[in-house]
Amino acid sequence: MRHFIDRRLNPKDKSLVNRQRFLRRARAQIKDAVNKSLKDRKITDVGGGESVSIPSKGIREPRLRHASSGGRRQRIFPGNKEFTPGDRINKPPSGKGEGGKEASDSGEGEDEFTFALTREEFLDLFFEDLELPDLVKTNLKETTAYKPQRAGYSVDGTTTNINVLRTMRHSLGRRIALKRPVLGDVEGLQAEVDELETKDHLDAREMRRLIELKVELENVQRRWKAIPYIDPLDIRYNRFEQVPQPKTNAVMFCLMDVSGSMGPREKDLAKRFFILLHLFLERRYERIDIVFIRHTHKASEVDEETFFYSRETGGTVVSTALVEMRKVLRDRYPVQDWNIYAAQASDGDNFEDDTGYCLELLAQELLPVCQYFAYVEILDEREFQLFQNSNGGKTLWRGYRRLAEAFENFETKRISKPGDIYPVFRELFAKNKETA
Amino acid sequence: MAAASKRKAATPKTTKPKAPKTKAPKPTSARGLLFDGSEWTFQKLETTYAAIQEIAEEDLGLEVYPNQIEIISSEQMLDAYCAIGMPLMYQHWSFGKRFVHEETMYRKGFQGLAYEIVINSNPCISYYMEENTMAMQTLVLAHAAFGHNHFFKNNYLFQQWTDAEAILDYLEFAKGYIAKCEERHGLDAVEEVLDAAHALMDQGVFRYRRQNFVTERQRRERAEARQAYEEQTYNDLWRTLPKPADSEDPSETERLLAERKKQLNLPEENLLYFIEKNSPALEPWQREMLRIVRNLAQYFYPQKQTKVMNEGCATFVHHYIVNALYDRGQITEGALMEVLHSHSNVVFQPDFDDPRFSGINPYALGFAMMQDIVRICTEPSDEDRDWFPEIAGCDDWRSVLRDAWANYRDESFIRQYLSPRLIREFKLFLLNDDSRDKYYEVGAIHDERGYREVRDKLAVSYDISQNEPDIQVVDVDLKGDRELVLKHNVRDGIPLDERNRDEVLAQIRRLWGYDVRLSGVDADSEKTLYESRSVSQRAKKED
Repeated sequence: MRHFIDRRLNPKDKSLVNRQRFLRRARAQIKDAVNKSLKDRKITDVGGGESVSIPSKGIREPRLRHASSGGRRQRIFPGNKEFTPGDRINKPPSGKGEGGKEASDSGEGEDEFTFALTREEFLDLFFEDLELPDLVKTNLKETTAYKPQRAGYSVDGTTTNINVLRTMRHSLGRRIALKRPVLGDVEGLQAEVDELETKDHLDAREMRRLIELKVELENVQRRWKAIPYIDPLDIRYNRFEQVPQPKTNAVMFCLMDVSGSMGPREKDLAKRFFILLHLFLERRYERIDIVFIRHTHKASEVDEETFFYSRETGGTVVSTALVEMRKVLRDRYPVQDWNIYAAQASDGDNFEDDTGYCLELLAQELLPVCQYFAYVEILDEREFQLFQNSNGGKTLWRGYRRLAEAFENFETKRISKPGDIYPVFRELFAKNKETA
Repeated sequence: MAAASKRKAATPKTTKPKAPKTKAPKPTSARGLLFDGSEWTFQKLETTYAAIQEIAEEDLGLEVYPNQIEIISSEQMLDAYCAIGMPLMYQHWSFGKRFVHEETMYRKGFQGLAYEIVINSNPCISYYMEENTMAMQTLVLAHAAFGHNHFFKNNYLFQQWTDAEAILDYLEFAKGYIAKCEERHGLDAVEEVLDAAHALMDQGVFRYRRQNFVTERQRRERAEARQAYEEQTYNDLWRTLPKPADSEDPSETERLLAERKKQLNLPEENLLYFIEKNSPALEPWQREMLRIVRNLAQYFYPQKQTKVMNEGCATFVHHYIVNALYDRGQITEGALMEVLHSHSNVVFQPDFDDPRFSGINPYALGFAMMQDIVRICTEPSDEDRDWFPEIAGCDDWRSVLRDAWANYRDESFIRQYLSPRLIREFKLFLLNDDSRDKYYEVGAIHDERGYREVRDKLAVSYDISQNEPDIQVVDVDLKGDRELVLKHNVRDGIPLDERNRDEVLAQIRRLWGYDVRLSGVDADSEKTLYESRSVSQRAKKED
């Protein structure tokens, strides 16, 4: 008995669910890997082209099995060529100790299973998790630079843009259509008239002919004059359209308060936030500069290492950082060439009278040129509970809140632990999505 | 130990008289070609199947389940691969992991896909790839639909342990049940149990007996009978026997321990079974899931023990049938050459020093041994007469092979049938590896003195009860701290892989709910070599 069945038309991806489950499982590993790597890596390294490999731990399937070395074993091999009983073969020197521990004796290499994601895959997963891919498309397309691009022809324009070929083509067509006499016709008639007129004696037939010719010549000359060689109607201009040109360069300002009240915990949180913004920008721009500006009661531009790890004491005057940012912008990043992003992290402390100046600086000078300015205030757990969903808080926060209502490209958020950062980031951009 | 493995090679058992039904029909060359060219059609498959069936049943005397042959695409083959080759399977990330892995290997061209997958079920389902040429489909039909199918249906291990009629229904139930659990208890909760159960799959089988199911009623009847007997034989005099005064305390704990072990039926080597029945921490649905995994493990257990025989049988059958088809003029020389080309790829055995070497190829060994049996039956040498007096020259190799396929597993098959001639052909040798020495020692080779030892050691290497770790539940005090005590009988000083060991212990702890202790005891000296405890989940999370 037999039964043949053609299953080829059955749905394929039967394993799709399992595959997704595997990725779901692996995704946790990626998150772990990212979390761990945040500490050691530079901001630019996180998405910087190298793949993040997932440790096999967690996707390992442990089984109780014999170690690959140790004890007394007897194995049968095929293909003996020269051995006789009692022969001794030296073991390779690394045969003992740790070396054999990782190898799996099943030959499947199960214990070694590592799943490396490319940068793209990594970022996709990363952003998928943040539910951001659509935002990447909509939000970051806002651009300021334009570049003229040929866009067909138009009937008006400046003389420099006259398209001769098109114009002549139109002119010729019109001339043919309106039967404009060509120059040869006129000259031929004229010559004939001249010839007859120079004759001393004309007979009657010639006389009639001359009159006919004169009438015709007049007619032709009239038409020749009436129908211009080039009419304004013929003229075509090259048309150019201003096509928005995404700037391929972006500069990202990281502003951070490094006064005594910002401890390692606060800095770590800030770093995560900066990294997220950087990853986000990286999807969009070919080149991203990062400027680190730290401030206490005075601000300075520093390198990343100093930014995150050196300690500084002093008061807190937030506006100094903004002034420094303005200076750097003026010196090195002309607005017409750069997309400007800024992320500011602080614990909210500020010198009493300074907030007003900060707001002024932002509203007058910085926000108009920034694509986006994000401010996160890092609180401790207790404060976070207390201040959730409220406008209350220190003067800096209250001032910034007012500013956020007025400017679409300015956002403020409060965070207190790493877990807050992802949702915060989502919210920051989700809000823009609505307005986009 | 299974009865079959105890048989000694030199004293062959008496073969049962077989119905002399098989007699090779005369080759007739006037049958006409079954197909020409490489394209296959369902029509060609039908006629070829019929021709193969004729040879398989009338000539070789094979007996098979009805065949259900399904043509699938390569993507579907990948799918099928990854669910342990089963047509339906519950969902779990590890199958997805396999898929990602296999797909990468396949797409990058590191490995091809199987030509076919056969499932031990009734009807016997086999999957064939649409990419196969007609010649390959012929090979695969003979290989899977008759070779494997016959083996599944007739081998004693499969008959004893698996229920071919019910497996598909059971898988459907399992899939549905687990999906329902996911709905009710969440993906993570289900995954946690499955992960742990999978870790114990190798320790989730009954090796030597079908489990003795005692119904509640039988249990009650037995208890009543025992009670009745005690009542009958009661004698008040026994009460007056003096007790030994000093032995009371130490023996008390001993007695309790013995009592406990007896109640729990300890020692128990089927860890999954023990946990399923006795874990204080599991919900009923979790127990049912353990049962599902355990049943699957048990279903696959015979396959683990018969790789050489199963593949050997299928390879032998396709080789014989395709040649017979050619002899009868039913396939072209081209088709035969194509089949033989892939056949010889399949049975290639690289030497130990060849970079391609990765152990002994079960196809190669199985096929060679079965060809060898035919040779011993038909053209025995004196050596064969010495070693195999029972079958040498008997000429009826068909019955001998059918008998072997039915009554042996890899270990006993090799012990019984591996001939000196084959040992020489494979140039087999034994390597002793003592981790204390700086060298390996060649123990025995393919010569007069070595045949028996080589054969013996090769057979042992296919005995799963010998080469998988022997781990048993030995004690648990359910009324006390509930610590589960496992014992690893360390044979020949071979330790467990520590990383795996610790991870599995953590998994067991998850299922058991209380601490788990594993002690490694040397099988000979009874000396405790190591003790390992499960790290509690809380402590683990902290680091």
